[in-house]
Amino acid sequence: MAPELVEEPPVLDWHRLDLRMLIVRPLNELLGLIPVLVGLVVLGGGDVWRIAMSGGVIVLVVLFGLLSWFTTRYRITDDQVELHTGLLVRKRLAVPRDRIRTVDLTAKLGHRLFGLSAIRVGTGQHEKAGENGGVTLDAVSSQEAERLRQLLLDRAPARTAAAVANGDAPAAPVSTPLAAFDPRWLRFAPLTLSGLVAVGGTFGVLMNYAQEFDLRPSAFGGLHAVVDRVMDAPIALTIAVLLGVVLVLAVVASLLVYVVQFWGYRLTREDDGTLRVRRGLLTTRSVSVDEDRLRGVEVQEPLLLRLGRGARATAVATGLGTKGESSLLLPPAPIAEAHRVASEVLLIEKSPTRTGLLRHPLVALRRRVVRAVLPVLVLAGVLALVAPSWTWQAALALVPFAALMGWDRYRALGHALTDRYLVARSGSAVRETVALQRSGIIGWRISQSFFQRRAGLATVSATTAAGDGVYHVIDVDARTGLLLADEAVPDLLRPFLVVPE
Amino acid sequence: MGGPVLRQSVGVTTEQVRLRAPRHQVSRKSITLWTLHAVIGWTVVLLPQLVVLLFVDSPPTWQLAAAVTTGVLAVAHTLVMPRWRFRVHRWESTPIAVYTLTGWLSQEWRIAPVSRIQTVDTKRGPLQQLLGLSTVTVTTASAAGPVHIEGLDHEAAVRLADELTTTTDATPGDAT
Repeated sequence: MAPELVEEPPVLDWHRLDLRMLIVRPLNELLGLIPVLVGLVVLGGGDVWRIAMSGGVIVLVVLFGLLSWFTTRYRITDDQVELHTGLLVRKRLAVPRDRIRTVDLTAKLGHRLFGLSAIRVGTGQHEKAGENGGVTLDAVSSQEAERLRQLLLDRAPARTAAAVANGDAPAAPVSTPLAAFDPRWLRFAPLTLSGLVAVGGTFGVLMNYAQEFDLRPSAFGGLHAVVDRVMDAPIALTIAVLLGVVLVLAVVASLLVYVVQFWGYRLTREDDGTLRVRRGLLTTRSVSVDEDRLRGVEVQEPLLLRLGRGARATAVATGLGTKGESSLLLPPAPIAEAHRVASEVLLIEKSPTRTGLLRHPLVALRRRVVRAVLPVLVLAGVLALVAPSWTWQAALALVPFAALMGWDRYRALGHALTDRYLVARSGSAVRETVALQRSGIIGWRISQSFFQRRAGLATVSATTAAGDGVYHVIDVDARTGLLLADEAVPDLLRPFLVVPE
Repeated sequence: MGGPVLRQSVGVTTEQVRLRAPRHQVSRKSITLWTLHAVIGWTVVLLPQLVVLLFVDSPPTWQLAAAVTTGVLAVAHTLVMPRWRFRVHRWESTPIAVYTLTGWLSQEWRIAPVSRIQTVDTKRGPLQQLLGLSTVTVTTASAAGPVHIEGLDHEAAVRLADELTTTTDATPGDAT
């Protein structure tokens, strides 16, 4: 192609979503509706009205799919991604290309049967459930999705423009594998609470259906017999059996959830300067994070996982919250693996999350324990006044556990400074170790409560555009904390610091 | 530059390291503003209690005690808090950073480098308008890092906001 043609912004056509979406969208929605439909048809007992209703639902779903295909168009210009969608409410979304921070590809089961992917372009502008600041194309063919991913994350405009004109990928992608799924990690699945949540959720849904369709346990003879036997058995045995059943179910469910979420997990570094996480058994997800936006890594150890020497790792990047799913770098895995992934991602031989941390003064222990125990004592006091006496005794019995939690919180406290990173650790229920790039710190908040002031402690918080927005060094010795902040970001705090010569 | 010098001096006199107070005090009228805030807040808590006490024939003693305690707390808080705050609240703006100290029982120092400032706003609530006061809010790319300078005289606030906007505009980069 002649060079002057590259200078011209290429005239770009509007694209429609992939034609196969006409089938896939209704299919995906129907898959989600299967339990309802089964319920309506089977349990409705052949009621004509109910069958007609389920038929109506199917027709509506198909119609909706058709309409959304006809009304949705997208195009990618030199500086924007534009999406027009909606029939009754026309929406025109545009995302400036230089604001793009992340590109996520998601393929549900229905998508995968037909080789499609949904692509979501994120700008990180306070994303709340897809509101503003993001565009989702649901869906395009997997090749097109891959082409768009590379195109949108590549910040070499000339190459991109040519690629757009040619309609092919900018270059053959080279990716370096950093970590991959290991079946042995499954042992960490029961240590997450996902199983319990899944069992609880399923139970709730089942009960809901039972009520909806007027099912009573008495309707089933077998169940009746079981209920009778349970009533006769001693209460302790019943509770033990019930606990056992819930535990087994929770373990099985947690394994299922882990496999469904993280099967085929792969973390790679692409040569276009992005980190890419791919995972999922049924629904596959691929999240790409621009490496220029990476400000650090957080290693998270929820209590149970910590007891099993496991951890997760998440990216601290501008435009990504650390609590969301898209910042995940490593699913629950051995702690050593978490540190290794951190070092690979940050391109440092020894991960800063592994740095030996400075303990905080012993006064901090007192503060942690008081803060853990006091609410329990207050609760016991209130119960003693207004409730039967066994309740406040039960509350008092919790005091040792609260004290233990306070002690564990104190043990977690620590901080360190490396060449390029500020490392801070805290938390008991979820112990979080964050390594934050010192150059990513864009301000300080130093706070002292009345009691902290008396104890000579302070909480030094580094504000940043990435991740949670602020990371705390909790209950550090006040002077040590100030010196830490001063050293971490040279010249920022210095003019306001009194350091006698 | 800063680092090595600091570390040398640390060994001997760590005891003395502290943040100095920002240079400027806020307007004296802030005391009135905080007093009004406190009065309004406590009225909301006290009024229902007083209404109950007046309309119930023989109120139980604990209700009387609660009302009296609330009253004492309200008076103490309304008298002490505004003056204490006034002695604490300070601010400063240098070519490098905006620096504030706020609070009373709990205190907080905030530092935002000018190079990372994204927006500068001035805001005046109804009470502030009444007293001719303004709040200047400086935001950075961090969701957690806005610096508020409360209780400035309105002209001073506008001047400061203009000054900061000019310096910020002159600084390149997207401040993340």
